[in-house]
Amino acid sequence: MPGLLILEQTLNGLQFGLMLFLLAAGLTLVFGVMDMVNLAHGSLYMVGAFVAAWLVKLSGSFVLGVAGSVVLTGLFGMALEAGLLRTLYTRDHLSQVLATFALILILNDGVKMLFGNDLPLSAPAALGGPVELLPGLPYPAYRLLILGVGVALALLLYLLVQHTRLGALVRAGASNREMASAMGTNVTRLFTGVFGIGAALCAVAGALLGPLLAVQVGMGENILITAFVVVVIGGIGSIRGALVGAILVGAIDTLGRTLLQHLFREFLSPQWASAAGPAAASVAVYVFMAVVLAIKPQGLFPARS
Amino acid sequence: MSARTHLVRSAALTLALSLLACAVHAADKVKIGFVSTLSGPSSALGIDIRDGFLLAIKLNGGKLGNLPAEVLVGDDQFKPDVAKQLFEKNIKRDKVDFMTGVVFSNIMLAALPEALDSNTIYISPNAAPSSMAGKDCNPLFFAVAWPNDAYHEAAGQYANTRDLKSVYLVAPNYQAGKDSLAGFKRMFKGTVVGENYTKLGQLDYAAELAEIRAAKPQAVYIFLPGGMGINFIKQYVGAGLGKDTTLLLPGFSADQDVIDPVGGAMAGLFNTAHWSPDFTNPANVKFVAAFQKEYKRVPTLYASQGYDDALLIDAALRDTKGKLEDRKAVLAALKAARFDSVRGPFKFNTNQYPIQNYYVRAIGSDGKGGLINKSFGEPILKNHGDAYVQSCAMKP
Repeated sequence: MPGLLILEQTLNGLQFGLMLFLLAAGLTLVFGVMDMVNLAHGSLYMVGAFVAAWLVKLSGSFVLGVAGSVVLTGLFGMALEAGLLRTLYTRDHLSQVLATFALILILNDGVKMLFGNDLPLSAPAALGGPVELLPGLPYPAYRLLILGVGVALALLLYLLVQHTRLGALVRAGASNREMASAMGTNVTRLFTGVFGIGAALCAVAGALLGPLLAVQVGMGENILITAFVVVVIGGIGSIRGALVGAILVGAIDTLGRTLLQHLFREFLSPQWASAAGPAAASVAVYVFMAVVLAIKPQGLFPARS
Repeated sequence: MSARTHLVRSAALTLALSLLACAVHAADKVKIGFVSTLSGPSSALGIDIRDGFLLAIKLNGGKLGNLPAEVLVGDDQFKPDVAKQLFEKNIKRDKVDFMTGVVFSNIMLAALPEALDSNTIYISPNAAPSSMAGKDCNPLFFAVAWPNDAYHEAAGQYANTRDLKSVYLVAPNYQAGKDSLAGFKRMFKGTVVGENYTKLGQLDYAAELAEIRAAKPQAVYIFLPGGMGINFIKQYVGAGLGKDTTLLLPGFSADQDVIDPVGGAMAGLFNTAHWSPDFTNPANVKFVAAFQKEYKRVPTLYASQGYDDALLIDAALRDTKGKLEDRKAVLAALKAARFDSVRGPFKFNTNQYPIQNYYVRAIGSDGKGGLINKSFGEPILKNHGDAYVQSCAMKP
C-alpha cells in the first residue's frame, strides 16, 4: 500500500475521530459528572444539524447558520436539562434510559413536524472541491475544514477543562460528585452549563457533518452507538479519554475498511477477501472495545481512580 | 315450516345471493390492491410509483378497461412483515382482482406467496429479482419494469463502447449489491481493478474514495440505492475524483430524486435506464406533461413504471372486455401487453419479464436553471431480455 494512500486514510480517520470526539465529549461529561445515561444525546446532534440547515437557508451564510445553530442548540440543551432531565438525576439508570429513549422518539417526530423528513445542506461553494495537500494527494477542502475545527475545539476544550475554574469544577464533579457538592460547588448551575456545552458541541458536529452525510430524521441514533463506544473505551467522565478513544475508533474504523481488505488479499482468494474485509471492518471497533475492557475495565483514562 | 324446507330455502337463497354477488363483481368494477413503501427514508420511490399509477387511472376517467377502478393503497413501511399482512388483507378480505405496488425485492419476495398461493395475479412495477425470472417463474407474476440486473448489464456494455479498460466497483455488502455487480461484470470486457462491498446504509465514503484514487481506474461504477448514492456522489465530487475518472451510474442513482438533493455536481454524469423523461413517443409526451401538471415535479423512472403498470392492466381488461372471471383470457391478455408503453417498444419474454431497450442518459440543463436526464443515441442494449429465462419452466 503506497504511503500517500496511508496518509490520506489517516486524515480520514482523524477527521471522523474528531467529529466523534465532539459528540463523546458531551456524552462523557454528562455520564461522568451527573451520572446520567442520556440516550437522547444523538438527538441533539440531529437538532443541531436541522437548525443549521434551516438557518443557512434563511441567512444564506454557512458560517452564520452553523454559529446560530451552536448557540440555539446549546440553549435548547440547557432548557431540556433544566426542564426535564434534572428530575432524572436521582432516579436509577433504568428510568433515565426509558425517559431519554422517549425523548429520542419525541424529538424525532418534533423535528419531522417542524422541518420535514430531511433538509438540504451543502458545503459552501468555495470548499466544494479538493485542495492539493502534497503532489498527488488532493484532499477535499471541506474535510480539511472539519479537521481544523475539530483540532481547534479539542484544544479549546482541553484548556477549558484543565486551566479554568469551570474546568476544575467539572473535574471535581466527575471524580467525586458528593464531595464537590459538599465543598460548596453550585452543582445545579454547573450541571446546566455542562449540558449546554455538550449540546453545543453536538450542534457543531451535526452542522459540519450535515453536508457530507445527510440532514435527516434519525441521523443521531447510528452515531450515538459509536459515541458510546468511545466513552466506554476512553473511560467515563474523562475528556482526555474521550479524545484518545474517539481518534482510536475513527482510525480503526477507517483503516479497518481498507487495510483489512489489503491484508486479507495477501493470504486469501480475492472472493474471500472481499467478503471477509467488510465483515471484519464492521466488528473491528467492537473487538477493540472488548480488548480494552478486558485489560482496563474502567477504560483507558478513568476519571475516578 | 319444517326444518328441512328451511334448510333447502336458505341454501337456495345463499346460492342465489352468491351468484348475484359473483355476477355483480364481474361486471361492476375492478379492485386492485396497491402495497408500497410510502413512509420513511425510502418512501420517495413508492410515492412516485403510486402517483404514476393513479395518474394513469385518472387520465382514463377513473377506469381500467372500461371498468371503474378501485385502488386500495397500503403502506408497507419498508417492512416485509407489514407487506405480507397487507397482501393477506387485500386478498382475503377485500377480494382484489390484482395485486401490485411493491418497490423492494426483499419485501416483495416476502409478501408474494400470499398472492400466488391464493391464485391472485401480481404485477410488479419495480422489483424483478433473478429468482422470479428463472427457476421460480410463475404464470401469475408479471415484471413490468426491468430485471434487477438489467441497468448494470447496460452500464457494463456502455463502458465497453466508451472503450474504458479499467473499472472500480462499489456496492453494499448484501445480495442485491453482489447481484448487480455480477450483472455489470457479465457485459464488461475490461478489467475490474477493485471491488468494494460497503456496509448497507453507510453514509461516509472517505475511505473508499481514497482507495479508488489509489487504484487509478478509468471509471467507477456504483450500485448504491437511495441516500447511500446521494452521499457517495457528493463526496466523490468533493474529493475531486471526477476530473480523471468517469463515474457511471445505474438510472435510479441519477434520477430526479437524486439530482435535486445533490445539485450541480450531477451535471454531465452518465447513467443507464429503460426510460427517460425526454422520450418523444406520444405516450411519454402525454405522460410527462400530465404528471408535471398534476404533481408539479418531473417524473422519475419509478413514476413511469407505476404509469405503465396501470396501462398494462387497462389493456388486458380492454382486450378481455372486462371478463375478470375468465382467468385464462386475462393472463393471456396481460402477457400480450397491447399497450403503448412510455418507454417505447416493450414485450414480455416467456418468463413474463420484459424484453426492451436500454439507453444511456446524460444529465444536462433543463433550460430553466435545473437539471434533467436526456437520453442520447441508439439503445445501448436492444431487445434485451435477462440471463435467467433459460431456467424458467414456462414455455410460450
